[in-house]
Amino acid sequence: MTAVETTVHGDGHGHATNTGVSNEKVAMWAFLGSECLLFGALISTYLLYRGKSVSGPTEPADLFDIPFTSVSSFVLLMSSLTMVLALAAIQRRDEPRLRLWLLATALLGATFIAGQIYEFTAFVNEGLTISTNVFGSSFFVLTGFHGVHVTLGIVMLLSLWGLSARGKLPPEKSETVEIAGLYWHFVDVVWIVIFTVIYLVP
Amino acid sequence: MATSSDIAHDQEHDAAHDHPSDGRYVRIALVLAVLTAIEVWLSYAGLSSKLTTATLLIFAAVKFAIVAMYFMHLKFDNKVLRRLFVTGLALAIFCYVAYLSTMQVFP
Repeated sequence: MTAVETTVHGDGHGHATNTGVSNEKVAMWAFLGSECLLFGALISTYLLYRGKSVSGPTEPADLFDIPFTSVSSFVLLMSSLTMVLALAAIQRRDEPRLRLWLLATALLGATFIAGQIYEFTAFVNEGLTISTNVFGSSFFVLTGFHGVHVTLGIVMLLSLWGLSARGKLPPEKSETVEIAGLYWHFVDVVWIVIFTVIYLVP
Repeated sequence: MATSSDIAHDQEHDAAHDHPSDGRYVRIALVLAVLTAIEVWLSYAGLSSKLTTATLLIFAAVKFAIVAMYFMHLKFDNKVLRRLFVTGLALAIFCYVAYLSTMQVFP
């Protein structure tokens, strides 16, 4: 007979699951697994249409500012560090540090988005829009979708910060921070792939 | 008999005990930063296109794995979660590599 393990949710209510892991955490990992397919489709579409445009800016190398995007990538990478430090803080019951690291993560995410807006504006000024050619369409849809994910992550982080500031995110609810962190780290690993495949690979 | 809040506290304690320390997280982030710097250097190094592509993809895979294992705690968490994520990831890689190969995207 299979043992049914007890998982305790953040609200302190015991809840039996077959896996011993809370349903919320399993759901987030299942969602992230499905997101691999979404971003895989967008990256594949970009690769399929790369070099196939016949009008407007067609060569990524002519447009991409690698040093600038490298700094943006570094900023997003470091936001993963501050996110994991936020989780470690709430697990230590250190709520002031939790709020500090949550705010730092949101600010780093906002910096990345500001960089993306600057980059998009520069591309539009160079004549590449979402409707210019298939290169523009696939590039803006891919990086735009990622940007929307980052923006949603920032909203989640600021919501957690607000809850903590009002005393509604006690250490017993650390799993809420962990689940938001999983989403944030996933957004980071997707960018690791996008940065390499779209910007760096010749 | 242990109450649910006792169990919650024990689980938090265990989780915090298994996970890396703050110092180790900082060292992992430094490794990621160095790998990114090497990637950028490689893209300017003027190596052959195939060698550059292969090396960059390996670096990206290593960075992906480090973040997933240490920052997302897949190395320490229940194996069910790892299987769930790896299934989606493997399915995506298989489907899209097959698709792009069919469309003759790879030289």
